[in-house]
Amino acid sequence: MNEITSTRHNHLIDPTMHVWGWEIPLYLFLGGVVAGVMILTGIRFLRGQGREPSPALALMPWVAPIAISVGMFFLWLDLEHPFNAWRFYLTFKLTSPMSWGAWILLGVYPASILLAWVGTPERHKARIGRWVARIALLRRIEGWAKNNTVFLARLNIVMGAALGIYTGVLLGTMAARPLWNSALLGPLFLVSGLSTGAAFMLLFGLSDDERRSLSRADMGLIAIELGLLGLWMMGLATGGSAAQGALAVILGGPYTAAFWTLVVALGLLAPLAGEWLEYKHGALPGRGTAVLVLLGGFALRWILVFAGQATGWVTEIAMR
Amino acid sequence: MSDVRFGMAIDTRTCVGCAACVIGCKTENATAPEFSRDWIYTLLEGEYPDVRMTIRSERCNHCEDAPCVTVCPTGSSHYGPGGTVQVNPDKCSGCKACITACPYDARHIDPRSGAADKCTFCMHRLESGITTTSCQEICPTQSIYFGDLNDPDSKISRALATREAYVLKPDAGTSPKHFYLK
Repeated sequence: MNEITSTRHNHLIDPTMHVWGWEIPLYLFLGGVVAGVMILTGIRFLRGQGREPSPALALMPWVAPIAISVGMFFLWLDLEHPFNAWRFYLTFKLTSPMSWGAWILLGVYPASILLAWVGTPERHKARIGRWVARIALLRRIEGWAKNNTVFLARLNIVMGAALGIYTGVLLGTMAARPLWNSALLGPLFLVSGLSTGAAFMLLFGLSDDERRSLSRADMGLIAIELGLLGLWMMGLATGGSAAQGALAVILGGPYTAAFWTLVVALGLLAPLAGEWLEYKHGALPGRGTAVLVLLGGFALRWILVFAGQATGWVTEIAMR
Repeated sequence: MSDVRFGMAIDTRTCVGCAACVIGCKTENATAPEFSRDWIYTLLEGEYPDVRMTIRSERCNHCEDAPCVTVCPTGSSHYGPGGTVQVNPDKCSGCKACITACPYDARHIDPRSGAADKCTFCMHRLESGITTTSCQEICPTQSIYFGDLNDPDSKISRALATREAYVLKPDAGTSPKHFYLK
């Protein structure tokens, strides 16, 4: 019999760590969607030259600055000392993924807003367009952006990839939380972000061709995501005792049911099957599968953030 | 304090787990209500009458390679004088990355300031010329050794040189400067 007693009972630390609440998974989810939208709209700009996008797709890049602002608001809500948030921007810490993230977020804005502005049809620009035309500096920036759409599209792809990867690396570099401590979390969150980004775009009134190509891409993305999830679990299963103990929280432990039903079954396998059936029978991809993908992407981050905090290095018994 | 490397060791043979160190720290550092920077860990093993007990006074390990300093995005968590790990609350945004990064769960948020909080090795005492920490001062069995690991003649260096000792979670790769004497 082993009986452990500790006098420590610090709030949110003991008995199980829970310092990161609902704000963090919500931010990570929105960050993933934004990463996906930036990359997919960037690719659309590069490959769709000469083809007229549907009105909804033309305005899609605006999702990035809007959704990332909402996400950053939740991130800010999570800070215990929110009025020190500006401290992020007085320094750059090479070893801190969160510091990288703070600066990446700052780069997302100009890249996405310029691409969105260039792609917005003139009839929608209305009053803001007249403002831009009146202010010399904005006119010059607009002129530069119009002449550099290829660069801007590439920049969106790079910034989107950086955003998507960093959200995973943020968790993956924490050796103290073995469930997170995998380099695969970077690519996993990037691919999941691309998939949820595509699903988010499918909620809007895109053209039939656009719907079909996004849905086809999403099938591949889900397949890759399933593979990455499998590799991530394989890494933990064959790792040391801390990694094995961490994996146990989703293989029999308290997060097992939530992970396998919400993330794997409803969030990945069900929409993959749905998209495949739509594709096979020539049906137009619907919004039902897209909603499932979005819920699955959110559940993945929700469960990982909470379950990861519950894992730690196996408390060593007496060392002798 | 440039050449000094502060460390701490607990004599697990003489520590009785009275928690005077916990109270001493609370009194000295006026930590937030219901939060503590140090704590007593007790492990009871075996079936009666074959039982053994390990008692440890635990706190921040002031790691040589501290993950909390690595992940801190604002530079609030930093290496302070004598190789200690310190928090500058004025720079802390309360993002809690350091809390999730610490394998020892030695940190918490001080709800009064919103900043991360943990053991400082009583740096305010050391800087004013007092050579002991409050937990060490109050320990009735004198089980807490504190001093300069770089000085081979310091009491802690002598203890570590002549007795078997271990650190917590050595595989976490943090190189703690907080030891437990067997």
